[in-house]
Amino acid sequence: MISSFNPLQYEFFRHGLLAAILVGALCGFVGVYVVLRRMSYIGHGLAHAIFGGAVLSLAININFFIGAGIWALMAAALVHLIAHRRLVGADAAIGVVTTSSFAIGVAIVSTYRRFTRNIEAALFGNILGITQSDLWIIAAIALLVFLGIIIIRRQLLFSTFDPEVASAYGISTGWTDFVFILLLAITVLASTQILGVTLVAAAIVIPPVIARYLTRSFHTLLIVSPIIGALCGAVGMFLSYYLDISSAATIVLTAAALFLVVEVGLTLRKAFTA
Amino acid sequence: MSPDHHHVTDPHTGRGSLHPHGSMEPHGAQLQEVPLLEIDHVTSGYETGPVIQDVSIKIWRGQFVAVVGPNGGGKTTLLRTILGTIRPTGGKVALRGQPVTAGSLGRIGFVPQLETIDWNFPITVEEVILMGLYRKNHWLKRITKEDRVRLHEMMERLNLAGLGKRHIRELSGGQQQAAFLGRALLGEPDLILLDEPTAGLDIRSRDNVVHFLHEINHQGVAIILTAHDLNWVAAHLPWVICLNRRVIAEGRPPQVFNSEVLRETYRGEMVVFQHEGMIMVGERPHSL
Repeated sequence: MISSFNPLQYEFFRHGLLAAILVGALCGFVGVYVVLRRMSYIGHGLAHAIFGGAVLSLAININFFIGAGIWALMAAALVHLIAHRRLVGADAAIGVVTTSSFAIGVAIVSTYRRFTRNIEAALFGNILGITQSDLWIIAAIALLVFLGIIIIRRQLLFSTFDPEVASAYGISTGWTDFVFILLLAITVLASTQILGVTLVAAAIVIPPVIARYLTRSFHTLLIVSPIIGALCGAVGMFLSYYLDISSAATIVLTAAALFLVVEVGLTLRKAFTA
Repeated sequence: MSPDHHHVTDPHTGRGSLHPHGSMEPHGAQLQEVPLLEIDHVTSGYETGPVIQDVSIKIWRGQFVAVVGPNGGGKTTLLRTILGTIRPTGGKVALRGQPVTAGSLGRIGFVPQLETIDWNFPITVEEVILMGLYRKNHWLKRITKEDRVRLHEMMERLNLAGLGKRHIRELSGGQQQAAFLGRALLGEPDLILLDEPTAGLDIRSRDNVVHFLHEINHQGVAIILTAHDLNWVAAHLPWVICLNRRVIAEGRPPQVFNSEVLRETYRGEMVVFQHEGMIMVGERPHSL
C-alpha cells in the first residue's frame, strides 16, 4: 500500500527511477534502428536468450552482468552468423538460437530447483532491487552503446535504409550489422534486470513507434524516441508506486497508453482535416 | 563484345558514333588506353543460376549508354555485377583497370529503381543526399561546412532548393529521382549507374531527368542506365546495348533498333520506322 505521498524519499525508488529513465532512453535510442530494420522480434528473442545466461550465472554463482553478458553476446553472434548464411531468414535464426537458450535456462531451473526468487526477477524484472553498483553498470552500458552507435551511425543509417547501395559504396554492411546486434544484446542485458525478459521488447519497440508518428526526420527520431522512452520510464515508475502495480508492467503500459493516445489523436486529426 | 554480337561499331576505334552528343568519338576515346569499365566475358546471377552469360562490354570515360532488354533479361543483374554486390561466376569486371569488388569502386554513383525504396522510412531529402558522402568505413567522419555548402549547391542544381527538410515521399516522382541522383553525384563520381531512372515518371519529369543527365555527361561523367522505353532511348541517348542474358547488339540507336535485333532481344515482333528523322519502335498488333 501507499506508505508516503513522496516516493523520492526512498533510496530504492530513486535508484529504480534513475534506472528506468536510463534504460527507457537507451531502449528508445537503439529501438529506432530495431524498428526501422524490422527486427522487432530480435529484442524479444535476445531477452529470452539472456534468460539462459542469467540462470547459468546463478547456478555457477558468477555476476549476472558477466555471465549473462557473455551469453548474450554469444547468442547475438550466433543469430548473426546463421542469418547471414541466408539459407534461413533472420527470424528463423532468432527462433532457433533464442528459444534453445531459453530452454537451457528452464532446464537448469528444473534441475537445481532453487533461486526461484531470482528467476522471477529475471522473468518479470526487479527494478526496486537495483543497487548503486547496478546503476553504475547500467550507466556505463548506456554510455558504451550510445557511443558505439554514434560512431557507426552513418553506416548504420545507410545500411538500414538502402543496404545494397551502402555495400556498393564500400560500407561493410555485414560488420555494421554485427556490431549493431552486439550493441543490441548489451542493451537487452542492461534492460532485463529492470523490465524482465518478458517485457524488454516492448521498451525497445514502443517508443520509436510513437516517435515515428511524430517526426519525418531520421535524426529527429533519434532524439524524440529516447525522450519518450525515458519519459515512459519515469511516469511508469511513479504510477507503479501510487497504484501499487509491478513497475516493469506499469512502464510498458504507460508506453502502450501513450501509443494509443497518439494513434487515436492522429486518426481523429486525419478524420477532421479530411 | 561476344563474337555473335550484331557488330555495329567499335567504341574504342571510333568506327561509328559514340559521343554522347552525336560526334564520332567518345570523350577522348582515342586517347584512353584503359576503358573506364571493362566487363570481360562475365557470367553472373543468383543461387538459382546465371542470369547473364558471357557478357563483354567496354565503357569509356564520358560515355552515355542505355541498356535495354526484356524483364529478367539481366539489366539489373548487370548493374549489380558492375557494383560488385553480385560476384560473377565467370569472367572479370575491371574499373579503371582494377578488378571490382563491393566497396572497391571509389568514384561511382548508383541510383536504384525507385520502387525498391522504402518510402515509409523516416528520412528527409537532405538526409538522403548526404548519404552520398558516407563512403567506405569512415566511422568518425564529420559533415563539414564545406559538405553542407556542396549539399545546398547540389540541391539548387537539381531544383530541390527549399525541399531539404521534406520527407522523400512528399516529392513528385521527378524530384524523388533527382534526390537519389543527388546522392549519387555528391561523391563526385566519374561513372553513374541508374536502374530504370524513368520508370513511373511522366513525360515532363522524364525530360527533366534526361536533360540533367546530359548536363552531367557533358562534364565528363560516364553514365550507364537501364530503360524499358525504347522510343525515349532512341530520342535521347547516343549509345544502346540490347541485352537478353547476353549482349545481342550495341551501337547507336538507329543502327541497333531494327526488327531483327529487337526480335532477338525481346523474342517478339516489333515495328521500327522513322518519323521526321526519329526512330520509332512499336509493338506489332497480333491482328496484323
